[in-house]
Amino acid sequence: MFRSVEDVFWDVAVVGGGNAALCAAITAREAGATVVVLEASPRTFRGGNSRHTRNLRAMHDRPDGVLVEYYGEDEYWDDLLRVTGGQTDEHLARMTIRASAGAPAWMAARGVAFQPSLSGTLSLGRTNAFFLGGGKALVNAYFATAERLGVRILYDTEVTAMTLDEGFVRDLKLVSRGFPVTLRARAVIVASGGFQANTSWMRESWGEAADNFIIRGTPYAQGTVLRDLLRQGVAPVGDPTQCHAVAIDARAPKFDGGIVTRLDCVPFSIVVDRDGQRFYDEGEDVWPKRYAIWGRLVAQRPGQIAYSIIDAKAEPLFMPSVFPAIRAGTIDDLACKLGLDPTALQATVATFNAAVVPGVFDSTRLDGCRTETLEPPKTHWARTIDTPPFSGYPLRPGITFTYLGVRVSEQAQVMMNDGRPTTNLWASGEIMAGNILGQGYLAGFGMTIGTVFGRIAGEEAARYARN
Amino acid sequence: MHEINPTVLAEANRVMEICNACRYCEGYCAVFPAMTLHRSFVEADLNHLANLCHNCKACYYACQYAPPHPFGVNVPQTFSLLRDETYRRYAWPCPLARAFERNGTIVSAVTAFVVVAAVVLTATLTAPGVIDRSWIGANAFYRVIPWGVMTGVALVTLGLAVLAITIGGMRFWRESGTVAVTRRAVLSGFHDALTLKNLGGGGQGCNDRDETFSTARRFLHHAMAYGFLACFAATCAAAFEADVMGIPAPYQWFSLPVILGVLGGIGLIIGTSGLVGLKFVTDPAPLAKRLLGVDIALLGLLWLAAVSGMLLLGLRGMSLMPMLLAAHLGLILALFLLLPYSKFVHGLYRTLALIRANIESQ
Repeated sequence: MFRSVEDVFWDVAVVGGGNAALCAAITAREAGATVVVLEASPRTFRGGNSRHTRNLRAMHDRPDGVLVEYYGEDEYWDDLLRVTGGQTDEHLARMTIRASAGAPAWMAARGVAFQPSLSGTLSLGRTNAFFLGGGKALVNAYFATAERLGVRILYDTEVTAMTLDEGFVRDLKLVSRGFPVTLRARAVIVASGGFQANTSWMRESWGEAADNFIIRGTPYAQGTVLRDLLRQGVAPVGDPTQCHAVAIDARAPKFDGGIVTRLDCVPFSIVVDRDGQRFYDEGEDVWPKRYAIWGRLVAQRPGQIAYSIIDAKAEPLFMPSVFPAIRAGTIDDLACKLGLDPTALQATVATFNAAVVPGVFDSTRLDGCRTETLEPPKTHWARTIDTPPFSGYPLRPGITFTYLGVRVSEQAQVMMNDGRPTTNLWASGEIMAGNILGQGYLAGFGMTIGTVFGRIAGEEAARYARN
Repeated sequence: MHEINPTVLAEANRVMEICNACRYCEGYCAVFPAMTLHRSFVEADLNHLANLCHNCKACYYACQYAPPHPFGVNVPQTFSLLRDETYRRYAWPCPLARAFERNGTIVSAVTAFVVVAAVVLTATLTAPGVIDRSWIGANAFYRVIPWGVMTGVALVTLGLAVLAITIGGMRFWRESGTVAVTRRAVLSGFHDALTLKNLGGGGQGCNDRDETFSTARRFLHHAMAYGFLACFAATCAAAFEADVMGIPAPYQWFSLPVILGVLGGIGLIIGTSGLVGLKFVTDPAPLAKRLLGVDIALLGLLWLAAVSGMLLLGLRGMSLMPMLLAAHLGLILALFLLLPYSKFVHGLYRTLALIRANIESQ
């Protein structure tokens, strides 16, 4: 009497509800397929990690919309090569980069609004197109477009397993609003994100250290589908310990803290571990080029904790933090408030101050303020820490998403261990970003991957399903 | 002056500190760029930002921290509550400022009382037979209510209203801090107010009823506000015709007072009806539901003023005219009395906030 999703033999089933999933769903629907989107979270948290994003890195050879000047393929590839340290797939990467040129226009035509980058955004207006209202506005726009096009959307619907038979997906097992469902689709696109929110999986690679990680985004990224696919012979790609991780305020909530928990004070501070010792050059490069390594650096410290220490001079130099600075009139008092050994911290600050060579401070470029005969050095923005009040910010690793994923072809088709492509399975987004991101990260590139591969997957899946 | 509710103020501070660390909404309106000029906020900053906000609600639907996220950021609701507190704080004189406490009820009650009083007084103070017959020709209205009474009451009440609103505006401006006022900022502030630029949402409109975008609220507010101004202009035109040209009311259909009045009335009716209608279908999540009565009461009063005016125009040749005149003028009197103690004050505070924002962004 009442038709349920189980009764429909869907052309395309999309697992996930974030940017990658929606780009795939919209593309498949526009190609004429019947499409169902399976979003694990409730409607109020729909969109996964995409809610927290704010821009997309797009190639352009002339000013384009909100993108100023130009950003060519070679420079884009160069940037990617540098942050990944060569751990990437040049063929897939260049294909993605080239396809990114068409992304902003495609997105705008489907309801995404852009804005010129205004303030505090790591100076990205040339390379990155910013979403008006950020990622959640983008997610809202895509869901509205998908609904208007007739895509069926199921919230509170978690795919628990897929029946994979010699590279052919027979059906999907889901739990939808508490009820078990077996769903049949001719083609399946997985865009269900990474496994960073799955603490026990993270512990497999990191050990107990994983307990001290903070997950910057959605708690729904459990990696259930990824694990299920890998168990059934899908080819993995990437290192299970690799991920996009940044150093964030340790007081951030365990999940979903997003952008406000990041701290931009590191270059203008000294950073010590829980024993009060410095461990890395805080001024190695401008923050936009370095912020992505600090997550890993803090993850490798005892207790996965570090402290950024500044004096009054540095206070106005960075974006305000959402959690208050921990302040004190002396280094001694600050150490006590932070739970550090006062003698150790005093010694570190004194040693640092003694090594500072006078120079002309310029927060906007690589200036001449550095240290001499100090290990590790601080090669830029080094100034003596002597003007009270002194402030400290506790830092922990904040994981954005994991890089271990499913191997895909240029057509976004998921590959099996034996090197053959699956018959009817495609992937997009974080679940396959590891094909291009072996390590490191480039701001806005996650959204680029999701959009490019989402469109490819949607088109391929629809074509397969309708033949 | 009324002390701003500390809970409301603390919540405004809390959300602004979160927003200031995020800033994804900075392209939507003037509030977020103004917010980024600060690293921390004092009461005057928050009062300013709250009044700068046009309640378009785009920042609610775009917010990854909106409820049910634990951070629970709801900027439109928080600012609505703070704005209401500021209306009460700056209103003059202080005893009358308490009208903002139960504003919906008070505006409705005062309106009802004044209209009834106007009708009853007209009925009792006029000679027998005046109010139940038709009056045609020059000075017809003044045979029912003398010109001196009409004009005198209007000028006094309107004058007091303008004075009270001006003092409120000065209090707000002074407390927000001293700045160097430039002509350019004043002009652009007025421009932003008159065009409702901040209801443009950076091009796509606002979230009038839910997460979809529309320009309905902007259009309806224009209809209402410019309709209001047209009615005011109609009265001025009539005063000019009567006192300078020596041509007394009532005026012909194709006269300036009547044309302005009809256009104004239509604008007011469309605008107020539409805005009230929106209130019934809009998503309640980003609203301060407690304050709905404040808005609806004034919208209702304006609607009644316009409808009664149109009825009076249409039926002025009939024996219903005297009572319609009394009712219409009663409504206008209620409006004048309530201007400084109703939602109407948002116009001045928001315009001042826009001017200040334009100064600060220079």
